[in-house]
Amino acid sequence: MRIFESFRIAVRSLLLNRTRAMLTMLGIVIGVGAVVSLMSLGRGVQDYVASQFEGMGADILTVRGQSPVRGFFAVTNPLTAVDAEALATAEVAPNINQIAADYTVQGTAVDGYSSVSATVRGVTGNYFAVYDWMPQSGSIFTQQDIDSQTQIALLGTTVVEDLFGDATFDPTGRTLLINGLAFVVVGVMEERTARLSDPNGEILVPISTAQTRLANARIAGEGYRLSTIYAQVTDPLMMETATSEIEAYLLNKHGITDPDEADFTISSAETVAESRTAVLSTLTIFLSGIAAISLLVGGIGVMNIMLVSVSERTQEIGLRKAVGAQHSDILSQFLIESLLLSLLGGAGGIALSWGVLQIAPNVISGVTFSLSSDVILLATGVSSGIGIFFGLFPANRAAKLHPIQALRYE
Amino acid sequence: MTPFLKFSLKHRTNGASHGGADEQSVISIRGITKDYLMGEETLHVLRGVSLDIQRGEFVSIMGPSGSGKSTLMNILGALDQPTSGEYFLDGKDISRLSSRALAQIRNRKIGFVFQNFNLLKRTTALRQVELPLIYANASDRRSKAKAALTSVGLDQRLNHLPSELSGGQQQRVAIARALVTNPAIILADEPTGNLDSRSGTEVMQIFQRLNEQDGITTIFVTHDPWIARHTKRVVMIRDGQIVADQAVARPLVAGVDQRPSEAQELQSMLQDAYGGKPEEYT
Ligand SMILES: Nc1ncnc2c1ncn2[C@@H]1O[C@H](COP(=O)(O)OP(=O)(O)OP(=O)(O)O)[C@@H](O)[C@H]1O
Ligand SMILES: [Mg+2]
Repeated sequence: MRIFESFRIAVRSLLLNRTRAMLTMLGIVIGVGAVVSLMSLGRGVQDYVASQFEGMGADILTVRGQSPVRGFFAVTNPLTAVDAEALATAEVAPNINQIAADYTVQGTAVDGYSSVSATVRGVTGNYFAVYDWMPQSGSIFTQQDIDSQTQIALLGTTVVEDLFGDATFDPTGRTLLINGLAFVVVGVMEERTARLSDPNGEILVPISTAQTRLANARIAGEGYRLSTIYAQVTDPLMMETATSEIEAYLLNKHGITDPDEADFTISSAETVAESRTAVLSTLTIFLSGIAAISLLVGGIGVMNIMLVSVSERTQEIGLRKAVGAQHSDILSQFLIESLLLSLLGGAGGIALSWGVLQIAPNVISGVTFSLSSDVILLATGVSSGIGIFFGLFPANRAAKLHPIQALRYE
Repeated sequence: MTPFLKFSLKHRTNGASHGGADEQSVISIRGITKDYLMGEETLHVLRGVSLDIQRGEFVSIMGPSGSGKSTLMNILGALDQPTSGEYFLDGKDISRLSSRALAQIRNRKIGFVFQNFNLLKRTTALRQVELPLIYANASDRRSKAKAALTSVGLDQRLNHLPSELSGGQQQRVAIARALVTNPAIILADEPTGNLDSRSGTEVMQIFQRLNEQDGITTIFVTHDPWIARHTKRVVMIRDGQIVADQAVARPLVAGVDQRPSEAQELQSMLQDAYGGKPEEYT
């Protein structure tokens, strides 16, 4: 009943001073709009980046050799077939199920008059299963293909399109020249959603073929050099344990004591996604923080206009107190007014950022942006917080007025 | 004898016993003082005022400008706190109550009417009168407010804004607002001060009726001896002290007794105060 009266007075006051209220709200609209837009944009991009790693297999650890620079010389301990074999054993890495590997070279594929440069990826037979990537036509490499360094190739869809001018063309059975060697096409890989590097632009060949025919990757005593080792972990919960197993093995083998000086990297889909999104998230927080300053300015605007409202209505407050209004009645009357101001401003800000997010995909293509409910909730919470925080001082000043002094105020 | 009063006053015989609170009185104040600190100086506005007012009394307070009438009324109306002294309202000491309790007393027990009406801008008569009921958490606010407005003759002006009412009508709205909570006491600080004589008479009629018919204890401040003569007792204040307190032998009836002409009034005032034959003044 009484609170309803406070509400009624607050609404009336806002309606009577519409222009003033609108301008005050504008400060909050811009502040909330900026914060919500930036948070939603940042989150959209983060989700997009994270989604790029989604299909990569949550239980796969990727190990790559690195060349840390010491002094003037890049010291390299490449990954080798011996490493792959060792990591596949239960003694070295009990938490690893199976090991796949690849060896990549840059190549040029020629068919008649058309040619295309592509990453030629030599892969083990289990690469397809571990990497979860199958041909859409044709078949994967058999152990015999690997053993006998067969010159056969599976093409990515982009390679097919670039080479034959038509993505739906079936090149199976054709012979290509890759870096001058003849390869028979045995199938086309299924299209895979784009990651950071485009797998559809690759040519897959048996790993042994790449190591011996396309390059000389032999290392005395180590078998052949590898580009990447893919370790499938027995249980996704054991990712960290498996990571330290690999790390321990390689550090020991390369004779490195300080893990910070490791000449290899071990990453999972999760860690890669994390490191990419961490930068974005820092950036988002930083920009939102700057935007929050405009929110603060908006809040001060609310306080300012509430002080004006209180002093304009000093006589009214005196009269209300004279006929029995309590401290709390006056307090709630003005708090509700400032709360309404900032909440309406907050709603306007959310609407504004909705508009921004509608336009955003035209600027940043491929990423979908949405207003998530927790951001809306946060914006609403922050707006009401501003209303209460910046309204409290003016409202309290009004509530504490002495009835007689207020009535005499000119 | 007070030079301001042309009519004869009978000295009060039932003067309240001084020293302690009178159990029968609605209002009983003892040694009320009010000081204001003006920079270095202390202004003693009320210097020990004691007064008892019985249920159903109709009292006017007179005195020169700045004598402390409004200050006293504000304390009586629980709008202000005295610097020292005691105030018993219905036998209960309220001079040291919290502002919360005072707000409740203003709301339930006292109706206050101001010289300048103090109506809310852009608010209809009905809403003005409903206001005290809202803060009293009362039910049936609308019908009670309508009844109060009807009793002051404004049943045709329920939805008028103050800017659409004459001064007398505005003051009647203010009276209805003071009445609506059925207070035991109505305090009015120069309620006719801003009104022409016809509106003043209308307002006086209402006050007399409230006092006669409804037995509402009424205290009001006036500068006008003619208005004061409509009440049953006149208290005179000068320099923050009560200097005279008399009963009116035969109170005038508002709207019936005609106001004498100004010349007549002046003549009888001077004659009354300083004696002599009427011829000396013509
Ligand atoms: N808040 C205040 N601060 C300082 N002095 C005040 C305050 N209120 C009243 N006074 C002083 O107290 C004195 C009495 O004031 P009050 O209003 O009670 O007089 P009054 O008898 O009602 O006069 P009037 O007939 O003109 O209305 C005046 O001298 C005034 O200046
Ligand atoms: Mg006064």
